[in-house]
Amino acid sequence: MSGQTDYSEKVMDHFHHPRNVGKIENPDGVGTVGNPVCGDVMKLYIKVADDRIADARFQTFGCGAAIATSSMVTELAKGKTLDEAIAISNKEVASALDGLPPAKMHCSMLGEEALKAAIDDYRKKQGSAAGKSEEAGGREG
Amino acid sequence: MKTIYLDHNATTPLRAEVLAAMTEIYENISGNPSSVHFLGRTARKRLEAGRERVAEAVGARPEEIVFTGGGTEADNLAVQGIAYAYRSKGDHIITSAIEHPAVLAACRFLEKEGFSVTYLPVSREGLVDPGELEEAIRPATILISVMTANNETGVIQPITEIGRIARDRKIPFHTDAIQGLGKIPLSVEEMGVDLMSLSGHKVYGPQGVGALYIRKGVRVRPLTYGGHHERGKRPGTENLAGIVGFGAACRLAVENLESESDRLRLLRDQLCSGISERIPRVKLNGAPGLRLPNTVNLSFEYVEGEGILLGLEEQGIAAATGSACTSGELAPSHVLSAMGVEAALAQGSVRFSLGRENTLEDILFTVDALVPVVKRLREMSPFFEPEPAESQGDKR
Ligand SMILES: Cc1ncc(COP(=O)(O)O)c(C=O)c1O
Ligand code: FES
Repeated sequence: MSGQTDYSEKVMDHFHHPRNVGKIENPDGVGTVGNPVCGDVMKLYIKVADDRIADARFQTFGCGAAIATSSMVTELAKGKTLDEAIAISNKEVASALDGLPPAKMHCSMLGEEALKAAIDDYRKKQGSAAGKSEEAGGREG
Repeated sequence: MKTIYLDHNATTPLRAEVLAAMTEIYENISGNPSSVHFLGRTARKRLEAGRERVAEAVGARPEEIVFTGGGTEADNLAVQGIAYAYRSKGDHIITSAIEHPAVLAACRFLEKEGFSVTYLPVSREGLVDPGELEEAIRPATILISVMTANNETGVIQPITEIGRIARDRKIPFHTDAIQGLGKIPLSVEEMGVDLMSLSGHKVYGPQGVGALYIRKGVRVRPLTYGGHHERGKRPGTENLAGIVGFGAACRLAVENLESESDRLRLLRDQLCSGISERIPRVKLNGAPGLRLPNTVNLSFEYVEGEGILLGLEEQGIAAATGSACTSGELAPSHVLSAMGVEAALAQGSVRFSLGRENTLEDILFTVDALVPVVKRLREMSPFFEPEPAESQGDKR
């Protein structure tokens, strides 16, 4: 029951006003990942057009950092090609949020992995999944 | 923005009267209570007056009070102090799974030192079962330590019953009464305890000062060595201003205990009913009828506690959560886990602990603030399925 972690203004902005919240009807890909450390869960939906992420939305059960990360990763992903998007790392997401407290870095894994899982799901559905990214879908961080 | 502080189980604001008593010491008293000259004797008198006030608050004799550097130290002095003093008689300790880390970590340390410890489970309501405790007693049992009231849920334990068992079996009995002081009546005689931990900053006194009641005849090995202060049980020049402040706080806390408890209970129940009327799917953690009057611990299904706290913070409201996410620990609250609360619900738990400055207006404001915060987080949650029409959907 101890005190609150110090979050950057950007984290608080994305927590209070998260971008891209909700589901996508008939998504092209969905990724659901859990954070085994704390039990938090993120679900990320994507729409794909011309090999690019046309839309991305999320639902998250998690702490302030998890929600802000979810919001930021959907922002970063939108408009990127699938190959660019799959390369987004949790560190990138965290620095786009002006950093996370060290104890909260693990929360940003949710964002990276949910996005990878959603892209993987899409590729599998297309039947054209590149072998190399197959594992990421079920991995938990 | 107005601040609404609803985290009094974590710490309480210093009362003006307490600050005045402490300032008076800093301004006017310059002697060391151990010095024999007149300045020392004046300081000693003030020290002993502080001791009397703390003793009075729990029905103890002043010579049975040892001042410490806070509640954590009092717990350690009790647990480690008894363990080592009675080691020749046995090596078994009984405590509960829901104790404060000050007791639990001391017990875990003692396990490494070769003691064996039974951590009693608690019921879904957060209660230790005295029958189970009695069954756990062995010939080698040298200490029973069960808290008076839990800091997270406010659940009050059956201390008098446990005290009777301990006395029958002639086993030293310690209770951490830090959350009970000033909220429920405490009496070392009626409760049948041999050692009792107290802390200043939970009763509108200063931080960093606490006390351990040690019944006459009960032996305790000190944690540190030095001078003869506090009868050798806690050597070091006393924190005079802190002790005087603690004494003043104790007196004030017991003076209005009944009326203030009634007032807080009413407010707490108004908070609870306000929340349950306007927010569906909220669960109470802890026995409804056996709680500190100021405390309520609620789980908001489908959401995580830190998010709720951040949302409340934006409105100037400070509360606490048993969620792992806030504490920097890896697992959610050990207290809620011991009660069998599912991990996801423990993650969504929020503790409101009320105190002197809180008014009905604060409570109504908090309920109003909470409704949209929870609604927003639920709409974001992958677990949440809006309920058909009447219950959730058309509320706002
Ligand atoms: C039940 C209980 N025991 C022990 C402590 C520790 O007391 P202190 O903060 O004075 O070290 C606290 C409060 O933090 C408490 O609530
Ligand atoms: S603590 Fe669980 S995701 Fe942040």
